[in-house]
Amino acid sequence: MKFAVLVFPGSNCDIDMYKAVEDVLQQPVDYVWHTATDLSQYDAILVPGGFSYGDYLRCGAIAQLAPVMNEVRKAAEAGKFVLGVCNGFQILTEAGLLPGALIRNKSLKFRCHPVDLKVENANTAFTNAYQTGETIRIPIAHGEGNFYCDDETLKQLQANNQIVFTYEGDNPNGSVANIAGICNERGNVVGMMPHPERAVSELLGSADGAGMFKSVLNAFASKTGAASGAAVR
Amino acid sequence: MAQQTAAKEPTIEQIAEQKIYKQFGVSDSEYALICEFLGRKPNYTEIGVFSVMWSEHCAYKNSKPLLKRFPVTGPRVLMGPGEGAGIVDIGDNQAVVFKIESHNHPSAVEPYQGAATGVGGIIRDIFSMGSRPIALLNSLRFGKLESDRVKYLFEHVVSGIAGYGNCIGIPTVAGEVMFDESYEGNPLVNAMCVGLIDHDQIQRGIAKGVGNPVFYVGPATGRDGIHGATFASEDLTAESEAKRSAVQVGDPFMEKLVMEATLELIASGIVLGIQDMGAAGLTCSSAEMASKAGNGMELYLDEVPQREEGMTAYEMMLSESQERMLFVTEPQHEAQAKAIFERWGLHCAKVGKVTDDGRLRLFHKGEQVADMPVKALVDDCPIYEKPSKVPDYYVKNGSVDTNRYEQATDLNAALRKVLGSPSLASKEWVYSQYDYQVRTETAVVPGSDAAVVTIRGTRKALAMTTDCNGRYVYLDPEVGGKIAVAEAARNIVCSGGEPLAITDNLNFGSPEKPEVFWQMEKAVDGMAEACRFLETPVIGGNVSLYNENAKGAIYPTPVVGMVGLVRDIDHITTQDFKASGDIIFLLGETKAELGGSEFQYAVHGVTEGRPPELDLAVEQRLHKAVLGAIREGLVASAHDLSEGGLAAAVAESGFGRGLGAKVDFRAGLRADIALFSESQSRILLSAKPEQADRLAAYLEAEGVPVQRLGVVGGDALTIAVNGQVVVDAPLDEFRREWKEAIPCRMQ
Repeated sequence: MKFAVLVFPGSNCDIDMYKAVEDVLQQPVDYVWHTATDLSQYDAILVPGGFSYGDYLRCGAIAQLAPVMNEVRKAAEAGKFVLGVCNGFQILTEAGLLPGALIRNKSLKFRCHPVDLKVENANTAFTNAYQTGETIRIPIAHGEGNFYCDDETLKQLQANNQIVFTYEGDNPNGSVANIAGICNERGNVVGMMPHPERAVSELLGSADGAGMFKSVLNAFASKTGAASGAAVR
Repeated sequence: MAQQTAAKEPTIEQIAEQKIYKQFGVSDSEYALICEFLGRKPNYTEIGVFSVMWSEHCAYKNSKPLLKRFPVTGPRVLMGPGEGAGIVDIGDNQAVVFKIESHNHPSAVEPYQGAATGVGGIIRDIFSMGSRPIALLNSLRFGKLESDRVKYLFEHVVSGIAGYGNCIGIPTVAGEVMFDESYEGNPLVNAMCVGLIDHDQIQRGIAKGVGNPVFYVGPATGRDGIHGATFASEDLTAESEAKRSAVQVGDPFMEKLVMEATLELIASGIVLGIQDMGAAGLTCSSAEMASKAGNGMELYLDEVPQREEGMTAYEMMLSESQERMLFVTEPQHEAQAKAIFERWGLHCAKVGKVTDDGRLRLFHKGEQVADMPVKALVDDCPIYEKPSKVPDYYVKNGSVDTNRYEQATDLNAALRKVLGSPSLASKEWVYSQYDYQVRTETAVVPGSDAAVVTIRGTRKALAMTTDCNGRYVYLDPEVGGKIAVAEAARNIVCSGGEPLAITDNLNFGSPEKPEVFWQMEKAVDGMAEACRFLETPVIGGNVSLYNENAKGAIYPTPVVGMVGLVRDIDHITTQDFKASGDIIFLLGETKAELGGSEFQYAVHGVTEGRPPELDLAVEQRLHKAVLGAIREGLVASAHDLSEGGLAAAVAESGFGRGLGAKVDFRAGLRADIALFSESQSRILLSAKPEQADRLAAYLEAEGVPVQRLGVVGGDALTIAVNGQVVVDAPLDEFRREWKEAIPCRMQ
């Protein structure tokens, strides 16, 4: 299974995402520049965190206009797996691949610390290695992670089971319905504010995020029936 | 629309007659010397260039004789002071690059941008050496956390550091923050950056090869930060507010691009010399690069990218616009260099040429507008041996008996007070605003004795810390200077690392005051002695003088930034107690030493007497023993005893995992002194019960005094002195006090 980690000017969690794929899955992974116009060789596209284009204008607003994003849209439509983390989540919402928007934290401050997440939907391409209702510990690091959507969108998200993660206990940013991560209706595109790639070894404080990478390998295996990706948990 | 044009510049004669040079901090005798070097009177551009090159910030004219007292070499040192940053070998063809720098004056008038550009500047120092920055640290001082002004400065300095570091994607992993009236109106903002490099990638700021082109890269030059270096070299006064324009504005996104492109450029192997444009911008980088090669340089100022119209030569040379670099390559590599920068959306402009005449010549609008000897600019600034005088306060403190205070009887209350003092309280409010995990190598996050950052592809890690207790240095600069180094080393050791070297940031008041100069001398002597003894040479640093407010000089605060090598990630150790039933040990001797302690300040409201003593041989023995025990796998937790003494150390060790403790401390001291004395060379260890005897035996064999204090566990913190319980309350009560002290004040 081949992974692409997108790189925009100002991306800074690209290397972390790359390392996580290498360390957890030992699968091939490439950095893909924001000007790329062909993603056909990749099975999963990871949109990393950071401050693409300096967060100028609005987080993710300029990145969504980058040439590579057209290819990401095509890939999502084709059912390929797309994960946006932090700034990557912001980019996916700006690109219209996921509903809602990420606004300034309620505290108006950047917040970096581990949070407890409840897995609300363990049926997505990125969460099948978890159990629904399970609690996992993953760090956040953002200033604009306050998920907002209108009531109607929220109802749809709930009705379609598109809420993937919610914050347990303290809501760190003021998100609607404690939302930490969502997916599209098909479940092949997931966006989240917490950083699973920062929680892939005990040395870093938690290995709970590794399940997301294992999940997508599972999803790929069941999609392709390939022997290469026996289900992992 | 009216076009902005520069004010008409004074003529050569006006500069001389009206002594305009004095506004730039150039004295009459220095002006005469400049005339001598030029063989004529300087014009406005030239006097501007000389004034910044001869400022304390660039020339160290008041501190150079002192800096010579530091040990700067060692078997591991690959590069000492003089370049952007020092470099230390860590084996396997790898090296660690680090440096600390101050941005005190800018932060006093414009805290967000002052702090942000301080971070940006130190990062450039690291990557201009060819090194990938991997971690940021800082050391901050503010006035008492009570007034709106102090809260404003604190809040905005922290968000400035966060704003820059978070965006550029370098984790801010450690730091220290202290509050004391002494820093009222003159906060200290010291930023440190640590990078990794392979030996063969090390770069220097040198203009090699006569005839080679000189390139400028980064954003266009504007009128911001003009005379920043001069501004940093004078006292802060009521008029300082008017110099807000001397503060630069940072753009971390731009720096991220410049950093990635520069590292790519260096990796391509075509760079002959490179230096960032920091203090004194284009002036300092061009003059220093030429000087190091023994060459000269011509600059064509019309080619310098300009953000504003009508900029003069003077303005371009003195601007401190951020995120700019200067580099030299061979002519045939121009296209390759340009292509690398263009990929990152950056322009690089050919702005000059290396010459063989040893002169810095500036051309603008078809004319030569300045012509100065490089050597005079870089090397010939007069060096001053300032008069030194023992301050009265120091003499008086010699006879202060710090044991005369009435015995504190409610030690539960005293401990709450000490833990709730903002200097000692949890800094979570601060570090949770910093991204301390990006790059996913941070094995020990902020809050422990030192941060630990792993090195991918190896079993090694780097421990790093910043330390200085200004109160100790004030009370006895020599002892305080020694303690700053020793404590940093102790923190590294407690984290499982072997101290390698230090970078220092000498923050002092005005050197024109003999009492301040005495503090500088003594502090440097103390630090130098400790560095020699502990074999941690000084590989670079920064001097920030004229830190004064209406009441006088700040506490002398020579901040030590230290990096240590953790040989194997299995040795990484934190301060947190790990499990109920673990046995607690105290290493070292406790004496009646309350001078300069947090207890003295928080409970008795004074800072007086003499600070704790320090015996470097004892300290070194302690380090060897503890590091050995850690490497033997005998240690569950290790915590340096510092501010707040034993009581604070036991409490803090329990906070991480919510583990109480029951200890009985046998000491020939009054209970309050026993618990809050800040005697040096002490460490609190815990060990698994089955390893406790082995640990004790190991430490005793190493010649370290060991006392088995008690056991980890339960919900309460119970401390007895000589069998009599003096502290006994739920751990959570203490924890709340410690955790909420800063957030409560900042609401």
